[in-house]
Amino acid sequence: MATIGHNNLNAKLVLLGDMGAGKSSLVLRFVKGQFLEFQESTIGAAFFSQTLAVNDATVKFEIWDTAGQERYHSLAPMYYRGAAAAIIVYDITSTDSFSRAKKWVQELQKQGNPNMVMALAGNKADLEDKRKVTAEEARVYAEENGLFFMETSAKSAANVNEIFYEIAKRLPRAQPAQNPPGMVLVDRPAEGSRAASCCS
Amino acid sequence: MLMLFLHIFFFPIMLVTPAAGIIKPEQIVEVSLRHEEFHSSEAFVDGIPQNWWSEDTRDKEVILVVHVQVPRTLKAFFSTHLSLFCPGALTSKLQFTMDEEYDVIVLGTGLKECILSGLLSVDGLKVLHMDRNDYYGGESTSLNLVQLWKRFRGNDKPPAHLGSSRDYNVDMIPKFMMANGTLVRVLIHTDVTKYLYFKAVDGSYVYNKGKVHKVPATDMEALKSPLMGIFEKRRARKFFIYVQDYNENDPKTHEGMDLTRVTTRELIAKYGLDENTVDFIGHALALHRDDHYLDEPALDTVKRMKLYAESLARFQGGSPYIYPLYGLGELPQAFARLSAVYGGTYMLNKPECKVEFNEEGKVIGVTSEGETAKCKKVVCDPSYLPNKVRKVGRVARAIAIMSHPIPNTNDSHSVQVILPQKQLGRKSDMYLFCCSYSHNVAPKGKFIAFVSTEAETDQPEIELKPGINLLGPVDEIFFDIYDRYEPVNEPSLDNCFISTSYDATTHFESTVMDVLNMYTMITGKKFSTTNFSSLIFKFGRRKDTGKTTHLVHGSLVA
Repeated sequence: MATIGHNNLNAKLVLLGDMGAGKSSLVLRFVKGQFLEFQESTIGAAFFSQTLAVNDATVKFEIWDTAGQERYHSLAPMYYRGAAAAIIVYDITSTDSFSRAKKWVQELQKQGNPNMVMALAGNKADLEDKRKVTAEEARVYAEENGLFFMETSAKSAANVNEIFYEIAKRLPRAQPAQNPPGMVLVDRPAEGSRAASCCS
Repeated sequence: MLMLFLHIFFFPIMLVTPAAGIIKPEQIVEVSLRHEEFHSSEAFVDGIPQNWWSEDTRDKEVILVVHVQVPRTLKAFFSTHLSLFCPGALTSKLQFTMDEEYDVIVLGTGLKECILSGLLSVDGLKVLHMDRNDYYGGESTSLNLVQLWKRFRGNDKPPAHLGSSRDYNVDMIPKFMMANGTLVRVLIHTDVTKYLYFKAVDGSYVYNKGKVHKVPATDMEALKSPLMGIFEKRRARKFFIYVQDYNENDPKTHEGMDLTRVTTRELIAKYGLDENTVDFIGHALALHRDDHYLDEPALDTVKRMKLYAESLARFQGGSPYIYPLYGLGELPQAFARLSAVYGGTYMLNKPECKVEFNEEGKVIGVTSEGETAKCKKVVCDPSYLPNKVRKVGRVARAIAIMSHPIPNTNDSHSVQVILPQKQLGRKSDMYLFCCSYSHNVAPKGKFIAFVSTEAETDQPEIELKPGINLLGPVDEIFFDIYDRYEPVNEPSLDNCFISTSYDATTHFESTVMDVLNMYTMITGKKFSTTNFSSLIFKFGRRKDTGKTTHLVHGSLVA
């Protein structure tokens, strides 16, 4: 869930989509401005944070990548827990990846929180000559299911920052916290530590 | 025709040219690497690095994967010659797609198995982790209301007045974590804490002469406690001060006693404490499960008491315990993610998971759905190797859904009550555990309470009555008995490492001890959080004793 403090919004954002659709590439482009032609399956880096300034506030995204657990449909419920936003990624050159993106949307509707901001990203938009999924088809699907839609290219950077900015803009601002949020454990000597660090 | 496909993994970000390609016969390919540090531009806000938790801050490692399409007989030839491609400074692994072999296959996603999977993946072992269920957690999962009804009532229609099913996370193995205990140390040193949120547990109570009392843990609390009379309080206070001041490495604090020789009984006799006081100290502070500790060296009990007091001080809650939001089912998931982040492969919903052995009885792989994955070692819970475990006991428990906190616990929304064996005339302690919507395990206004004990009869309803009587009215209650198993195999002979079933205690110390012992058996390495800390530093983790530490070009800079 998005939490607020001093005009700063913390928002967990999860990526979903099939292997090879370009989830990690999108994040790398967004966070680092980089693109690697042969990005390997996600091993290692799977958790990033990036802060965006939107209007008068900053939005700090905590971006969760799948760490490869989507490969055999073994993503844990914890992955969706408390997510304020999700990007469902498919590859415009693969009808398979598009139909599986729809499955991920269903999964999200089942597991995620109802107020989640959902974005559908038709990635690899630079590969126009190999296109198999039309923008129109995806747009119609997105509208019917309450997602917003953009075609992106992690390679050319087209629409990558835009999709994250759009999510940041759409995040609900005044979300009353149901519970005081818990704390994240940090290492510190036991003696003399009287206050826990808080997550927000 | 020999064709080599070159493929390079990034660990995590490295510019590699070419990143992939085909090496034709007679062709030589040169691979160049360039490291890059990873920092986003707004790295520091108020002096705090904003992406200090990015996972790509560890050692740079490259795996050169060469897919070789050759007859099998040539494999050995290539295996030796291809290794020449890899510069000595880099870790190199050759993977032949024709036979995938894992260092370790882990079966079952219970907490113990997931911690081990995470630690072994961090160690650089190739791990495949499977579960026959389509959910994480095995026996230590947390169930929603529909799942709970299915399990205990045989249908999936819980009454509507209990609220939404998904608001419930009912632990199947309810336990609290000591705030300064071993599990917390493992969580911090593996950095798994970043996936979890915790809250302190409100209260820690003990049952004494038919009443529930707050557990005094310090000399000041001992003075206020109604558990003891005025003279007993003074004696207990002296004993608490001795324990608080005791330092293993400082003989001046020992007052002439060698606690590795002196028994707990003898130590307590020196302070003249009465039986009642001894009972709550031994069971509610030192958290012993029975009375064997009285005739064992006192050091263990003193250390346990210190752990209790340190844990209590850590977050200044009303108890030494903490508990994750959304229930304990989050813990195995978080460690599974750690494992996956370090390259572990996850497969849920794999039926059968049959462990395969060779003629010598050594494990060689695991078969599921007609496919066999090879491995050197198997780690699993007792249910995957029923022929290699024996029953050692049973746990009787009751799970109750209530609309109020446990009476006489000062309105605690999360609480533990220990009922020492002697108070009930039993051989083992009984435990009460309660948490609620304040830890996001139930909808607003609802509480989940558990009563559990090592079963001494076949009738949990009767046996658990003293605990259930303390709960007050309940909305729903479920009774259950489950068997506990321990391994009887010799891991050095069959390479199978089997965890022990979860016991009835309401905290994790015994659970984590089992995990750490298994870790030592599997890897031959002694696990201590100090060792582990340096292990993590190898991967660029940055925190130790509260200071921020950066890994810069292979050396530690505090």
